[in-house]
Amino acid sequence: MITLSTKPLTERVEAVGGLVDMAAYENAGGYEAARQAITKSEPEAVQGLVKDADLRGRGGAGFPTGVKWGFVPKGDAAGPGHKYLVCNADEMEPGTFKDRYLMEMDPHLLIEGMLIAAFAIGADKAYIFLRGEYHESFKRLSSALADATEKGYVGRNVFGSDFSVDLVIHRSGGRYICGEETALLNALEGKRGQPRTKPPFPPASGAWGRPTIVNNVETLCNVPGILSNGVDWFRDLGIGNDSGTKLYGVSGRVNRPGLWELPIGTTIREIIEEHAGGMQEGYKLRGILPGGASTDFLTVEHLDLPMDYGSIQAAGSRMGTGTMILMDDSVCPVAISINLQHFFAQESCGFCTPCREGLPWLEQLLIDIEEGRGQPGDLELLDGNAAFIGAPGNTFCLHATGAMEPLLSALRYFREDFEAHIESGGCPYRERGH
Amino acid sequence: MSEVSQLIEALSVEEVDAIEAEITHLPDRESAAIEAMRIVQEKRGWISDESLRAIARLLGMPTEALDSIATFYNLIFRKPVGRHVLMLCDSVSCYVMGCDKVRTAVCDQLGVEMGETTPDGRFTLLPIVCLGACDRAPVMIIDEELITHLSADSIPDILSGFD
Ligand SMILES: Cc1cc2nc3c(=O)[nH]c(=O)nc-3n(C[C@H](O)[C@H](O)[C@H](O)COP(=O)(O)O)c2cc1C
Ligand code: SF4
Ligand code: FES
Repeated sequence: MITLSTKPLTERVEAVGGLVDMAAYENAGGYEAARQAITKSEPEAVQGLVKDADLRGRGGAGFPTGVKWGFVPKGDAAGPGHKYLVCNADEMEPGTFKDRYLMEMDPHLLIEGMLIAAFAIGADKAYIFLRGEYHESFKRLSSALADATEKGYVGRNVFGSDFSVDLVIHRSGGRYICGEETALLNALEGKRGQPRTKPPFPPASGAWGRPTIVNNVETLCNVPGILSNGVDWFRDLGIGNDSGTKLYGVSGRVNRPGLWELPIGTTIREIIEEHAGGMQEGYKLRGILPGGASTDFLTVEHLDLPMDYGSIQAAGSRMGTGTMILMDDSVCPVAISINLQHFFAQESCGFCTPCREGLPWLEQLLIDIEEGRGQPGDLELLDGNAAFIGAPGNTFCLHATGAMEPLLSALRYFREDFEAHIESGGCPYRERGH
Repeated sequence: MSEVSQLIEALSVEEVDAIEAEITHLPDRESAAIEAMRIVQEKRGWISDESLRAIARLLGMPTEALDSIATFYNLIFRKPVGRHVLMLCDSVSCYVMGCDKVRTAVCDQLGVEMGETTPDGRFTLLPIVCLGACDRAPVMIIDEELITHLSADSIPDILSGFD
């Protein structure tokens, strides 16, 4: 009996103990899934498998991947011209370090996933939109791409079939908003990275006005496994309602910060206590940003929740990127809120007023509270304005909504800390020497 | 010499070739704007007004339009920078792990503030958002090198490796 993998994303890296090159990747059966699909299967059949496997987007929003692929118009309905596949490798969500790992350690897995995805949607042009500061990822991906091109896996007549696809790496000029898929498309077109109006959604009108699918790195890396091992295998990998594995990460004052591929639906407690080795001595856990800076805080009362889309959402937050940031008891909740709002204010694209003007205003109010200039009524001002700016629809894109998630939840869970700042006219954490 | 060839003169043959190679992957010339600026900046460190005009001419677009793109992006520099660009992550995981103390140590050691260049032109200091190495926080990149697990004490040694 063959035992199928339980770690389809990281097993080769673990076996090799580092970068998986072309030889190691092919030894482990790499590029077989793409070869079989492209030479023997049909695009609709591949889409069907990914849909049935219930793969959901790993870029933060969790949209079902196969369903999204199905929105790309087929045949004459697409009109004349290119179709595009774009890999969102702009990883810039503070606290997130999973896509970098995949690209630096197993670049061929991403290339193979992109080949299959391009075939499934009929794309003849594919781009990797890469974070500009990811120099090592760029080197390793470029070298893997050269090897794959030389072997005839990328370019004209892939695997000798009549399917051809160009794959190009675009290095970003650097701006968080470029991770938002419509801003990303403007950036890819060489413009300012401002979001576009939706609809039309990218599958109907994306890059250069043509049908385009944007998928996250980790999402695409899941595709080859689904084709080789099957839909049932993938669905059974997850513990609860969701399918597959997830790259979970922990940063902050734990004993072993890092990244682990685990069944999707593993509890927060297991990830922090077993895999990350628990909190460092002298530090107590107070807050958890479960999936990056733009997700609502959870607290110790949520430790036993499974890290899956539905459970974290039901608790009022989002699984987001699945890489969590821990706030320990030495960190001032007002100060960490300043840090977060500074990020969102700085990275606002400036297009709409509530975000461009509102975020710096909120940051300044938080600074006033932290530095002892807080007034009675300031917290109600924060509550009201954050709720207004955060309501989807009040701003042009979800950047501002994401910005308000950690603030509204900090005001809820750590209210007494905010109040203490105003009452005592300063930061109790600083006075304690932190 | 015509105005066009003079402007193209401001770019090296290698730069023009590299930009033209990018254009072959794209449906039109303007779409290469960001890649083109990255290519020119790679050797020259920053995008001068002269470089900006030359790139805009090469891509067939107004200089002002290219400048509005240049100023949107964090990694395109419209001012001269030092021999080394030091970018220190100030996002949330690095904050929790003490990047404020590292920043103070860097600024004290070099005698300049974030956003400034040392008078000898050795370093430009810039804050940067999450570098995707949060499990090894606090971190920074100097030029293209990622340096992790920073502490205030480790700064003098690290900086002495860049002259
Ligand atoms: C402000 C903002 C920033 C985003 N940044 C990223 C990012 O860096 N990487 C990413 O994959 N998705 C990011 N997203 C989500 C994308 O818009 C999009 O949903 C995703 O790339 C789709 O891929 P998936 O379906 O495979 O998850 C961001 C969204 C917003 C609103
Ligand atoms: S919400 Fe912010 S980032 Fe989004 S369009 Fe408006 S200003 Fe730009
Ligand atoms: S927060 Fe500094 S590397 Fe992620």
